Amino acid sequence: MRTLQRTWYVIALPVISIALSVMLGSVVIILSEWLVSGELKPGLALDAYSALLQGSVGSFNAIVSTLVNTAPLLLGGLSVGLAFKAGLFNIGAQGQFLMGALGAVIVGVIFREDSPLIAIPAALAAGMLMGAIYGFIPGFLKATSGAHEVVTTIMLNFIAVAVLAGMVSSVLKVPTSPQPITLDVGNAALPILFGRNGHLGIIYALLMAVAYGWLVFRTTLGFEIRTTGANPDAARYAGMSPRRIVVLTMSAAGMLAGLAGATQLLGVSHIMTASYGTTVGFDAIAVALLGRTNPVGIVLAAVIFGGMRAGAPAMQIQAGVPADLVGVIQATILFFLVAGPVVQRVFRLRNAAAAIEETGTFTRTYGSETVSR
Amino acid sequence: MTEEVGAPALEMRGITKRYPGVIANDHIDLGVRPGEIHALLGENGAGKTTLMNVLYGLARPDEGEIRLDGEVVALEGPADAIARGISMVHQHFMLVPVLTVAENIVLGSETMKGRYFLDRAEAHRRIIELGQRFGFDIDPEARVGSLSVGWQQRVEILKALYRDARILVLDEPTAVLTPQETEEIFAVLRGLAKAGHSIVFISHKLYEVLEIADRITVIRRGKVVGQRLPSQTTEEDLAELMVGREVSLVVDRGISKPGEPVLKVVGLKARDDRGREAVRGVDLEIRAGEILGIAGVAGNGQDELVEALIGLRRPTDGQVTLEGHDITGHSIRSVYGAGVAFVPADRHRFGMVLAFSLPDNLVLTSYHREPYAHGILRDDAAIRRTAEERIKAFDIRTPTADVRASTLSGGNQQKVIVAREFARDLRLLVLDQPTRGLDVGSIEFIHKQAIAKRDAGTAILLVSAELDEVLELSDRIAVMYRGVIVGTFDGRTADKREIGLLMAVGAREPANGATEGSVA
Amino acid sequence: MEQLIDLIYGIPVFGLVAQTIGYLVSVLPDISPIVLRSAVPIALAALCGVLCERSGVVNIGIEGTMLVAAFVAWAAGVFLVPVLGGGGPGAIFGITPVLVVALLLAILAGLLVATLHAWLSISVRADQIIAGTIINIAAFGITGYLYSLISSGSPAGAGAFTQFRPPKELIELPLVGWIFDMFLSQGPIGMSLLVLVIVFQVFLFRSRWGLRTRSVGEHPRAAETVGINVVRLRYRNVIVAGAIAALGGAFLSLEVTGSFTQGMTAGRGFIGLAAMIIGRWSPVGAFGAALLFASSAAVGQSIGIAPPPGELGVFVAKLPGQFFDALPYIATIVVLAGLIGKSIPPAADGQPYERESAT
Repeated sequence: MRTLQRTWYVIALPVISIALSVMLGSVVIILSEWLVSGELKPGLALDAYSALLQGSVGSFNAIVSTLVNTAPLLLGGLSVGLAFKAGLFNIGAQGQFLMGALGAVIVGVIFREDSPLIAIPAALAAGMLMGAIYGFIPGFLKATSGAHEVVTTIMLNFIAVAVLAGMVSSVLKVPTSPQPITLDVGNAALPILFGRNGHLGIIYALLMAVAYGWLVFRTTLGFEIRTTGANPDAARYAGMSPRRIVVLTMSAAGMLAGLAGATQLLGVSHIMTASYGTTVGFDAIAVALLGRTNPVGIVLAAVIFGGMRAGAPAMQIQAGVPADLVGVIQATILFFLVAGPVVQRVFRLRNAAAAIEETGTFTRTYGSETVSR
Repeated sequence: MTEEVGAPALEMRGITKRYPGVIANDHIDLGVRPGEIHALLGENGAGKTTLMNVLYGLARPDEGEIRLDGEVVALEGPADAIARGISMVHQHFMLVPVLTVAENIVLGSETMKGRYFLDRAEAHRRIIELGQRFGFDIDPEARVGSLSVGWQQRVEILKALYRDARILVLDEPTAVLTPQETEEIFAVLRGLAKAGHSIVFISHKLYEVLEIADRITVIRRGKVVGQRLPSQTTEEDLAELMVGREVSLVVDRGISKPGEPVLKVVGLKARDDRGREAVRGVDLEIRAGEILGIAGVAGNGQDELVEALIGLRRPTDGQVTLEGHDITGHSIRSVYGAGVAFVPADRHRFGMVLAFSLPDNLVLTSYHREPYAHGILRDDAAIRRTAEERIKAFDIRTPTADVRASTLSGGNQQKVIVAREFARDLRLLVLDQPTRGLDVGSIEFIHKQAIAKRDAGTAILLVSAELDEVLELSDRIAVMYRGVIVGTFDGRTADKREIGLLMAVGAREPANGATEGSVA
Repeated sequence: MEQLIDLIYGIPVFGLVAQTIGYLVSVLPDISPIVLRSAVPIALAALCGVLCERSGVVNIGIEGTMLVAAFVAWAAGVFLVPVLGGGGPGAIFGITPVLVVALLLAILAGLLVATLHAWLSISVRADQIIAGTIINIAAFGITGYLYSLISSGSPAGAGAFTQFRPPKELIELPLVGWIFDMFLSQGPIGMSLLVLVIVFQVFLFRSRWGLRTRSVGEHPRAAETVGINVVRLRYRNVIVAGAIAALGGAFLSLEVTGSFTQGMTAGRGFIGLAAMIIGRWSPVGAFGAALLFASSAAVGQSIGIAPPPGELGVFVAKLPGQFFDALPYIATIVVLAGLIGKSIPPAADGQPYERESAT
């Protein structure tokens, strides 16, 4: 009974945030339809949501599709969550994802005719490495010059888009194709384990969630990461090296986001166009916050958002509500989470420790000289 | 008790202020007459600051009333208080370091030229004039951050005078001053009282209160426990009132038996965060089983010295040896490994992680070693066992070990740090402001632990801005001034005035009649 | 003289640098209005940042505020043109009633978004960087959703303000003509930028409001003890700053393009923050830094239009076009990493303020 109560304290705020957002979303659906077409259709919200549900869990294929959408969100959420633990705000998961996909496609194309036993690990490793390097850059800049990761990672996101487009339309371009597009990754494609496209990357994502929990809570390195996040001065006093932790954590976060990009490319897209894009980076922030940086929470949050992404096309086709609505719901969930103290007061919730309280230090080192000597 | 003479300028009646879980003020009565210096005596956490926040409109009382010249007033905020002639000099100065003296003084009561713009020339004129009236020359254009604490104190007082304050509240005004600076401020206060201002002087220092006050009100745990006239009381009497039991004013430090030298520092130099040389060639030696106290006004390089010794700051020159081994510039972890422990001055910033549980805090500096870790794996069971033991051994008051450190009182938080650092087998213990802001009980506890550690043969370096603490505990005393040691004394025979003078001017004789490091 | 220049240009590597400088000097007068135009949204974002952070509130949500304003300005046009009619463009700036109303609505939207950020940062005391990020995500999601809804019929907006055409004689003045060209060949928002920068510079450092704002950003408790209402001043400044960011957003949809595209702010809000840091939290400094960033974008454009001659031209032609797209972002990172240590933010920047003390 007690554990039940405690679990409720922890999940109450996320659950209420989701419920409020779904309600608010239906208001948005009805209002915007009225604004555009002049017709008031109160049933539209129900239609939209049932189509959304149908498209995410209504059939075996729908569930597979949900899981496929979950994998990159889970890896991205772990990336952002790990950075949160160290007091870092990784808005760069977006760029790291793209670089990971780019690395995977380059190596995947090279090994496309080799054995999958060589091609897949090589392409995945390339993706992880590219992501890690792309995470290392802002980490290193923060540790040495104090340039805040929020600004640098966003700039790197834009640079990643340009680099990707530049490479796909030059060195990676299939010469015979009129459009800028790469070759298929061939044998480097991840094997399908179940359903239409339930690929191996889903398993990798879950394994990474386990590894995340182990690293953060069971190892001394995890303790160093958490201490750096909660109080970098105390970390330095305790003999840790916050600089090293910042660089290491950002690299690891980049690696996770890079893996997200690599598995998405090798498992789903198989080729890359010059306009290859994603919203995984931003969604990952929502996943990490909704999951309160806890590995189990991140898995659940990723499944919820993955389901929404999977069902959104069905919603657009069957109810005529733009798939972008998912973005609106996601934003309002975040809003209610951040306005948590107020939500808790309104709903008379007992205050449960929010994960971001532990690492409420993003703003502290903002613009300051360096992290800590 | 004598009959009241003259109507009180300020009267607080039945002031009660509750915070979740505590009654900070419990029906407090206080009256101050015009031209009176009224001392409010109580130890840290007794409710003095809350009472003054009520008076200044920063906190709203749950019960009680405030009367000014007999008239009941409701103070909605500091603006209200200021408008009614109440001004406050806070313990932690309420000055903006990057702004100039003039900007700090006029802030909130600006002298204007037109509707939007500041009249700097007029403000400067008034500030210089006010300063001269009370006997000091001040540069209105100087940045407050570059002033010594003594001068910052004067800026605070000018701030009050600029607003035509009739009632002036000073919260622990001497906490960071040298004895000489204290006397200069006292002279200013006496002048103000003579000019008809009423002054509330908050302190926990008995001898100061006896020296400056016309009347003394003592509070303990939020209640007024007595009122005395300085002529009719003693330090012992006041101490007992303040603490609620008989206290020995002097720690029994026993006799030290210094052994072999443990720490040797030769020609140590280090820069501060802004790149200026803050430690400019320090020589020190501490033997096993002795306490060396470093006295000095805050900001004379003590922080940088300690950080350079401990490995938090890279020395630019000089040598540090521990039992003959050179540890100059070694990492903090290797210094700890050599048998050194450090209790930092700012316990919230450095000493602990407030968001962590007590077990995690109790292994903060040893989490990576056996038995708390095997390789890279944490051993939660071992950490927990140790934590339970230490909570018991050091009498840390907490419902369970699982609470966040932030929920503990200041005294118990410091005990967590002491429990962690003292528990190891140590060669050298560095204590930086180990009792700042604590209640008498916790101070006694920590002092006793330090002396026990000394008697067990540990060399101890004590840095404190509280000269009294240095005098009470140290076997030897070194005075630090502008980055160098300007004098050393035997702890038993040291003369407080002489040390104070060294702290203030760096020399035993005032140079050319100047009594103060000037406005930088 | 010419021979000397040719000689210098001939030196390997260094010559290329010299050619770049030579090219920049030669194109600067021509591209100066473009530079300012690229700088306007960045500088307005930076000005918004200066105002917020001088009061102690970090505003990462500037990007989102601009995006919402840009969208509202465009959408207002879409809805209002059928109601109010296009109207004949005015003599100056091509002003129409719809454009004016659209601009006002964009500012109103900016005020609302900023109020939300102020509420989260000041009253809820949420982590200000997370609050700002949420505003960005929400702005992206909501404008994306509404844009999908509205744009299905590919409706026409209200069009755009036109640029002022200063007298030819003024522009063609020797030496200084291009400066007039730069500041006067602008639309209404572009032209008001300089005024805003100067007004805020003077008020921040000379007025009572400025002194109080700076004190609230440095040491809010000290400000409160002298009777300043910290919460109210922070609210007011953050909200006013939102209007400035909104101007930057409206500039994109009402003065540059006359239309809206998803995510059209393209990071300018963040580049603005970098400009603020490099400009040391002063309006004039931030404006200068914004010009610097804008030049890198403008040069990329001008290379496309008028490629440099000689060896440099050959070199540039080999660079992929995307390199110039990325140039402003690369410049931001490089300058930020190089200069940040020397630029000290207000002491209370980003710290929520709690009024009543606990002891």
